[in-house]
Amino acid sequence: MTTAAPNSPLSPGIVAGRLPAEALAENFGDIAPVMDMHEARVAADRCYFCHDAPCVTACPTAIDIPLFIRQIATGTPEVAARTILSQNILGGMCARVCPTETLCEEACVREAAEGKPVEIGRLQRFATDTLMEAGVHPFTRAAPTGRRIAVVGAGPAGLACAHRLAMKGHEVALYDARPKAGGLNEYGIAAYKVAGGFAAAEVEWLLQIGGITLHPGRALGREITLEGLRAGHDAVFLGVGLQGVNALRAEGEAIEGVRDAVAFIADLRQAADLGALPVGRDVVVIGGGMTAVDAAVQSKLLGAETVTILYRRGQERMSASRDEQEHATASGVRIICNAAPVAIRGAGTVREVVCAYTTEGADGLKLGPETFTLRADQVFKAIGQQLAGVPGVLALTGGKIAVTGAGRTSVPGVWAGGDCAAGGEDLTVTAVAEGRDAAEDIHAQLAGA
Amino acid sequence: MANLATSFIGIKSPNPFWLASAPPTDKEYNVVRAYKAGWGGVVWKTLGLDGPPIVNVNGPRYGAVWGADRRLLAMNNIELITDRPLEVNLREIKQVKRDWPDRALVVSLMVPCDEESWQTILKRVEETDCDGVELNFGCPHGMSERGMGSAVGQVPEYIEMVTRWVKKHSRMPCIVKLTPNIADIRRPAEAALRGGADAVSLINTVSSITSVDLDSFSPEPSIGGKGAHGGLCGPAVKPIALNMVAEIARNPETRDLPVSGIGGVTTWRDAAEFMALGAGNVQVCTAAMTYGFRIVQEMISGLSQYLDDKGMSGVDQLIGRAVPNVTDWQYLNLNYVTKAQIDQDACIKCGRCYAACEDTSHQAIAMKPGRVFEVIDAECVACNLCVNVCPVENCITMKELPLGATDPRTGAVVGPYANWTTHLNNPMAKAAE
Repeated sequence: MTTAAPNSPLSPGIVAGRLPAEALAENFGDIAPVMDMHEARVAADRCYFCHDAPCVTACPTAIDIPLFIRQIATGTPEVAARTILSQNILGGMCARVCPTETLCEEACVREAAEGKPVEIGRLQRFATDTLMEAGVHPFTRAAPTGRRIAVVGAGPAGLACAHRLAMKGHEVALYDARPKAGGLNEYGIAAYKVAGGFAAAEVEWLLQIGGITLHPGRALGREITLEGLRAGHDAVFLGVGLQGVNALRAEGEAIEGVRDAVAFIADLRQAADLGALPVGRDVVVIGGGMTAVDAAVQSKLLGAETVTILYRRGQERMSASRDEQEHATASGVRIICNAAPVAIRGAGTVREVVCAYTTEGADGLKLGPETFTLRADQVFKAIGQQLAGVPGVLALTGGKIAVTGAGRTSVPGVWAGGDCAAGGEDLTVTAVAEGRDAAEDIHAQLAGA
Repeated sequence: MANLATSFIGIKSPNPFWLASAPPTDKEYNVVRAYKAGWGGVVWKTLGLDGPPIVNVNGPRYGAVWGADRRLLAMNNIELITDRPLEVNLREIKQVKRDWPDRALVVSLMVPCDEESWQTILKRVEETDCDGVELNFGCPHGMSERGMGSAVGQVPEYIEMVTRWVKKHSRMPCIVKLTPNIADIRRPAEAALRGGADAVSLINTVSSITSVDLDSFSPEPSIGGKGAHGGLCGPAVKPIALNMVAEIARNPETRDLPVSGIGGVTTWRDAAEFMALGAGNVQVCTAAMTYGFRIVQEMISGLSQYLDDKGMSGVDQLIGRAVPNVTDWQYLNLNYVTKAQIDQDACIKCGRCYAACEDTSHQAIAMKPGRVFEVIDAECVACNLCVNVCPVENCITMKELPLGATDPRTGAVVGPYANWTTHLNNPMAKAAE
C-alpha cells in the first residue's frame, strides 16, 4: 500500500514530500547490499593472488588484498577483516565509499584481462560487515604509556589516528566541532552508500579499543585552541578537514535557493524524515566532483523533476569517477560539461541559471559568447572546499597545512592529515592512511623522547 | 557429417556414448529417458543374486569435491548394486531392449565367486536378449567387504577364473570392468584376456574420502557421524583413467583387447581423448548425474564436428591415434630443448609466473620495472610451471630451440634425437650405434 505524497516531482519551488515514504525508503536503501557467503566465495575465487599485487600498490592504505580475499575464499571472513582493519581501521566505510574503480579495482589484473575486476570493494565489505556484525573488535590496547594526545577532528583521519594511538597505549582526547563524530562519513557522503546508520555504528565500534575520550561540539578556535591543546598534551593531530566553501563568483549567488551542496548533504544525512526534507523541482548542481554527484543524485532520489550537473571543463576532467558519473546519469541526472554559470536570476528566489559555454586553451578556461538558460528553483554549489579556521602559526602550502614526512607540520609536536593537510587525494581512504601514519610517527617520536 | 556409429565387440550403437552402470541406469524409466535424450547405449546398473534385496544406507550416499562456484569436480559414492528385485530388473531390461533395438544394452553383474552363482544369473540375463554383460570387478566399497567387486578385481587369478565361467556358461559378449585400486592395471587386464573376456572397461571408482567435517570430525558423506570410504568419480579422476587405458592399449599382451573408457568423461573432448588413447567407446556417469541426460547432445555434436574438422569419416579413424605416442620416459628425446616465452601483449601482469618460478623453481623469470616479466633463457629449464600457473591461455608458450642452436643454459648445441638409454650419465647405457 502506497501512501500518497503531499507533493509531486512537478510541484513548483523548493518543497518537501515529493515522493511517497515507500519510494524514499527504497531510493535511499543500501545501494550495493552485502554479498552472501556463496557470492563472496565465487567472487573471491576470481582473485589470482598476484605477486606484489597491483591492487595493494593502488590502495592508499596498502591493505593486503590478495591475502584477505584468499581468507574469504577459504571460509574465514573474520580473519580477512582483521587483515583489512590492521591496515585500515575504517575498512568498513572504505568498502562502501572508496572509488575502487579508480584505485584497487582499476589496478586489478582482471580489469586488464577481461574488463571485469575482482569485486574488491564488495568483498572487503563482506569481510568487515561479518566481523562488525558479530560485535567483535579485533584489537587490544597496549599497556598505558601515560602519554596524552589531542586529536582534533573526528573524521576519517582523526579516527584512524586516534585508534592507532590508543592501540599503542596512549590516551587520546578526540575533539570535533559537530555534535556527532564521523566527519564526512557522518555528514558528507550520499546516504545510500552508508545506509543503516553505518557511520555512527562504525565510530562506536572503533571506540571499543578504549583509551579514547570523545569531546563533540568542540571546535578549534571556538572552544579549544591549538596553544591550549599543545600545553595540555604530548602531541596534537589536526584532522579538521575543509570547512570553508569556495565562492561561485557568478552574479546572483546570494539569491534564496542557492546553497552549498555539502550543507544540503549534511541536512539529508541527519534528516530523521526524508519526506520532510525540501528539494527543488528543477535542481542545478555546479561542480564536477563526488560532492556534485552525491548532491545531484540525492536531489533526484528525493523527487526533483530535473537535475542537471553543470561542469565548466570537459567530462574527462571531472574528479567524480566514470562510475560515479554513470551512476548519476543512470539515476536520471543530466551532465552538462564545458559550461559555466554566469548569472543566477530570480525575483527573491531562484528562477534560472544563465550559462556560457567554455573553451579551455593554453591560457586557461575562457567563457565563450554563446549562452543558454537552465530553469532552476534550487542551485547547489559543489565547487570545492577550502581550509578555514586553523591558527596562523601553521605554515600552509597550496591552501592547505604544509606537512613533511608522516604529517609533521611546521609547528613542533603538531601533526596534520586528511583533507586539511597538503598532499594526497581528498579521499576517505587517503585520510585514514595519513591519520594512521601520523599516529605511528607520533608514537615513534614519543617513544624516542 | 562423420559417422558416429560404433560396433564395440559386435555391439552396435548409433554413437560411442554409453551410460555407465550406476544410479542413472537402475531402471526402465531412467534408461528410456536416456535413450530419448540420445545416448547410444547403457550398461544397466549391476544386478546381484536373486534373494533378499540389497540394503543401502538411508543417509547420504554421495560425497563431493566442489570448486568455489560449486562446480562438481568429483563425487564419491557408497551406494551398493541395485536394490530392486532381480525379477523386476530383468523384466524391464527385456522390455527396453525390445523397444529400443538400435541402442546398446549391456547388463552389469556381480554375484559371489562360485561357478553356480554365475551360471544361474547368466541364464536369466540371457533371456532378456540384452547385448552383453559387464562383470563388475571394480566396485571398491561395501560389496568388496563381502568378497565381490574390487575384491575380485584386485586378484588377477579371480578375474581370470570368473571370466572363464562367464564365457563357458554364456554366449553373450563379456566386458570385464576393472578397478583402478591396484598397483599395475595391466595385470588384471591380462587376466581378463586369459579368461576369455571380449573387452575390458575402466576405470571403476577410486577409493576415497572426499572430505572431513571439521566440526563433527566425521568423514563425508557422513552417516550419523561415521563414514566409510567410497568410490571417487568425475572430472578429477580422468587423468588416472587416461593413463590406465593407455597402459592397456600399449601393452603388447593386451593391445588388441577392446577397451571401453570410463572416468570423468564430461564433454566430447574428454571422450575423444579416451578414444585417441585406444578406447572403442566411452561410458559416462558423473556428468549425466550433474547435468542430466541432455549433455549427450553436446557430446554428439562436438565429436561430430571434430571428426569433420580432422577429415575423419568415423570414430574408427580416431580410436588409438595417440597410442603410438605414449612411451616410457627413457625414450623421450633429451635433445628436445624449449624455452618459455611470454607474450607481452597478452600478459596481464599478475606475476604468478614470477612467484612460481622464483619461489619454487629455477629463478628463470625476471621482474622488471612496470611489472614486465621476462624469461631468462640462461636459467629456464622449460619446466612448464609458468605456463601452468598463467591465467591467460597462450600468453606463455614453449618455443623449441632448432637443431644446431646453443642452449644458453647449458651451453650445449641442440643435437638430433637422443634418449636416456644412450646417455653418458646412464650407467646402464648402451653404446650409441
